[in-house]
Amino acid sequence: MIGMVDLWQLGLLFLQTSLLSIGGANAVMPELHRLLVENRGWLAEAEFVELFALGQAAPGPNVITVVLFGQKLAGPAGGVLAITAMCVPTSIATYWFYRIWDRFRGTPWHRTVQGGLAPVTVGLVLSTGLVLATASGHLDILPAAITLGSAAFMLLTRFNPLWCLAAGAVVAIVLG
Amino acid sequence: MTESSPAASPATCVPSLGELFTGFLIVTVSAFGGILPFARRMVVEQRRWLTPAEFTDLLALGQFLPGPNIVNVSICIGQRFHGWRGSLAAVLGLMAAPVAIILVLGLLFASFGEIPLVRRAVFGMAAAAAGLVLATGAKMAWPFRRRLWPLLVIAGVAACVAFLRWPLVWILAVAVPLAVAFAWHEARAARRASPDR
Repeated sequence: MIGMVDLWQLGLLFLQTSLLSIGGANAVMPELHRLLVENRGWLAEAEFVELFALGQAAPGPNVITVVLFGQKLAGPAGGVLAITAMCVPTSIATYWFYRIWDRFRGTPWHRTVQGGLAPVTVGLVLSTGLVLATASGHLDILPAAITLGSAAFMLLTRFNPLWCLAAGAVVAIVLG
Repeated sequence: MTESSPAASPATCVPSLGELFTGFLIVTVSAFGGILPFARRMVVEQRRWLTPAEFTDLLALGQFLPGPNIVNVSICIGQRFHGWRGSLAAVLGLMAAPVAIILVLGLLFASFGEIPLVRRAVFGMAAAAAGLVLATGAKMAWPFRRRLWPLLVIAGVAACVAFLRWPLVWILAVAVPLAVAFAWHEARAARRASPDR
């Protein structure tokens, strides 16, 4: 691993990424890969993939993966800085935008725009699932079976989806 | 704003500030591999803060504004019920615990990550998490099943992002105006069919 990265540069990188991150985790991760691995060479390819998988398996929103990147590069302070730069400025922007947007709720043009955005949103959610399912770069039978099994469980039962994740871990340990 | 929402959506309940915080806190510490499937289950199916359509609308907004989707959604849900205090309660509930947990996990993984067992478990959970996101997408797609243009938009966007790997900005630049045009056309056709509405 390379030495500690300057905190200022680190914060700036995540701030810049968050301002461009329209569409969520599936948009952010390829961009972060490009910046951290290809552009700056701060992380090795294997380090990035490992931290990404760990972030997937950790509790909370996927975006907290950036804590792992920041921590790897500049210690715990880097981790906290990364998530702050990633979330706070855009949250303030969202707050103000939504205050204005919500005033128009129920007007015809508002309904029309929302009605058009909704299917695009669903397409993005499905694409996130597809990107995550193929994140390892190749389609193996075992991860594909785990993915399909957990999708079926979530659709057909009302049990807590945590059981899927536990089962996925156990199956991967036993058969992997 | 809150007084108008029960009338617009009789199925929903109004959470208190504390409920916003604890609701997101509980969901976030029990949600692995991305919080969206768990958040939708809590907000729509269990606590009924929003109807399914309202959730999809808020998520749409969260996705098109810059920043992490679910963080944006929590900001909007909080704002909707309790203004800036609501946003703060929701986003703190969502973020504080996971950040603390992952700082510890990162340190542990640095020490134990080389163990093959740990590695396989992490990859197994990541694969299962992908399935949960797919199922959530399928649930969100279900209300559109009898309408052709939304299904085409859903399939088109998913394919362009996941398989063709085109830049997202370009996909959205084409898909959003197209979808809004379809929705506008559909609304106009509906108005013509029943002019009294």
